[in-house]
Amino acid sequence: MPHTSLISVHTQDDRLTVAGRGAWTSEHANELETAVGDAVATYPSPKGVDFDLAGVERMDTFGALLFERLRRAWDEKGIATSIQGLAPRYKILLEEMARAGRDQRPAPRRQEAVLERVGHEVVNTGADALALLNFIGATIAAMLRVLAKPRTFRFTAMVNQLDRVGFRAVPIIMLITFLIGCILAQQGIFNFRRFGAEIYVVDMVGVLVLRELGVLIVAIMIAGRSGSAYTAELGSMRMREEMDALRVMGFDPIEVLVVPRIMALVIALPLLTFIGSMAAIFGAGLVSWGYGGITPEIFMQRLKSAIDLDQFNVGMIKAPFMAATIGIVACLEGMRVGGSAESLGAHTTASVVKAIFLVIVMDGVFAMFFAAINM
Amino acid sequence: MDTQPTPAAAPLANGKEAIIKVRDIVVGFGDRIILNHLDLDVYRGEILGFVGTSGGGKSVLTRTILGLVPKRSGMVEVFGENLDDLNESQRSAVERRWGVLFQQGALFSSLTVKQNIQFPLRENLKLSQRLMDDIAFAKIEMVGLKPDVAEKLPSELSGGMIKRAALARSLALDPEILFLDEPTSGLDPIGAGDFDELIRTLQQTLGLTVFMVTHDLDSLHSVCDRIAALAEGKVIAQGTIETMMQATHPWLRAYFHGSRARAVQRGRG
Repeated sequence: MPHTSLISVHTQDDRLTVAGRGAWTSEHANELETAVGDAVATYPSPKGVDFDLAGVERMDTFGALLFERLRRAWDEKGIATSIQGLAPRYKILLEEMARAGRDQRPAPRRQEAVLERVGHEVVNTGADALALLNFIGATIAAMLRVLAKPRTFRFTAMVNQLDRVGFRAVPIIMLITFLIGCILAQQGIFNFRRFGAEIYVVDMVGVLVLRELGVLIVAIMIAGRSGSAYTAELGSMRMREEMDALRVMGFDPIEVLVVPRIMALVIALPLLTFIGSMAAIFGAGLVSWGYGGITPEIFMQRLKSAIDLDQFNVGMIKAPFMAATIGIVACLEGMRVGGSAESLGAHTTASVVKAIFLVIVMDGVFAMFFAAINM
Repeated sequence: MDTQPTPAAAPLANGKEAIIKVRDIVVGFGDRIILNHLDLDVYRGEILGFVGTSGGGKSVLTRTILGLVPKRSGMVEVFGENLDDLNESQRSAVERRWGVLFQQGALFSSLTVKQNIQFPLRENLKLSQRLMDDIAFAKIEMVGLKPDVAEKLPSELSGGMIKRAALARSLALDPEILFLDEPTSGLDPIGAGDFDELIRTLQQTLGLTVFMVTHDLDSLHSVCDRIAALAEGKVIAQGTIETMMQATHPWLRAYFHGSRARAVQRGRG
């Protein structure tokens, strides 16, 4: 016979008397649930049940719900139940619970199976590529519209963006590229020294930084620093219906928000690439002097003979294309943010990952192109 | 084991127990003083409507009581305990006994409605999954939503449904005090009327004390037992709606006798 501190059950001629005691509240919900389950299991089919709730000092939704579960277990088998001693203040609560839980519950949200997810991903990748093309088209169309009517170009917005993605990025870009230059020179000298070819470190750093590393590192930094900011800004504007507000006022969000941002990046990235390359070469020069014993005069002389304008051009030509890629991917991801905070996070991540991936792919394509034209 | 502290016998005023006591509160941001030596009592079992000018500090007072905004001086006593004197575990015990409905709902956007309601249950109590589901669906029905809302994300709900789902979450732990920040703002008049009725029903069912910041004259007339008005950083008047109607303060006269107020009264005969 289950006796707990919350419920005690007595039998008399197959009639049950279930007496409640103590606090039927959330703190004791666990204990009460066990007691309720035991009572039903021990007495599956009595002739009748009398509930005596006079001993229940306090009751909340948890207690009322569990009481209703107990009563319903017998009630559904057609066993007559009666309630006595219930404090009047809990009457409405019990009635409410007696009504609750009768409607059909929806099926829980299904987790996707592995294969299903793979399938979705494949379809999504196709849709992604299509969306990217669509967005590039819309952006170019907006730019052409602006070109036809230059007065509609949002110059102030672009300058503001230029300040944020260009000017304010200068210190961190300089610091990182400076360090990369230092490391390159140190590694070069350390390894070239074995066959007495330290001086060639200048050629290596000069070519590597100007052609490839300068622009690549700066583009990756900017994808992480400014691309993510673009996505998050546009995404939260979408969540707060600011995009819709623009649209109903007769503005094209791409023209107002996207074009100035992409233009700012296209201007800023070549400038940052130049600054970054100079910082890297400066770092390499310092290390060559201190660690390799190559004086600045020799370093400069060697640099002049090692590189020509082509090397410099190769790096600089790539910069605006990479900037446009970063800007378009970041803005597109921002425009695709859904209603939840999770979606904002997912799209910001996707923005940075895709931008960096595309920047590297593009660098490879450019490398093949420049090799083909002997540049 | 009974972990819930029994409500300490709070000092009685007019035979009623003050469940929230705010004394001499000063809150300001920078040079601006928002609440200037404000006093307020909320009595157990009542629905208190709190009115005031826009930007006058209604929400600031709510947030100060809840501990979201720091105060410069003064005292907040809830369930007879000074909130400044509590250690962390005592404080979270107090926080479990109140529920808050934020103006925009503040549902967790990455969780379904059911998970939102179960979040405080999961964190505070050790319950079986079956009981948690039962509780979640019971709460959803109590606030007048259909069970199929349970599996939806907040972004898939309408404004009124978000309010109700957020109310269900604030009721998850069966709080004794319910804070409502403009519960009917953004609802249509019928929806707002239903919501008022819902709050009244819940208050009677669960024996709640309700602290309601509102602008809705209909709510003030239909559900509030008592009204407190905030102006110039102080509570300038409190009492029943009749007392408010007779008040002489110019802002109160404008508020309760303006064209909208007259329309509400005509509607009530």
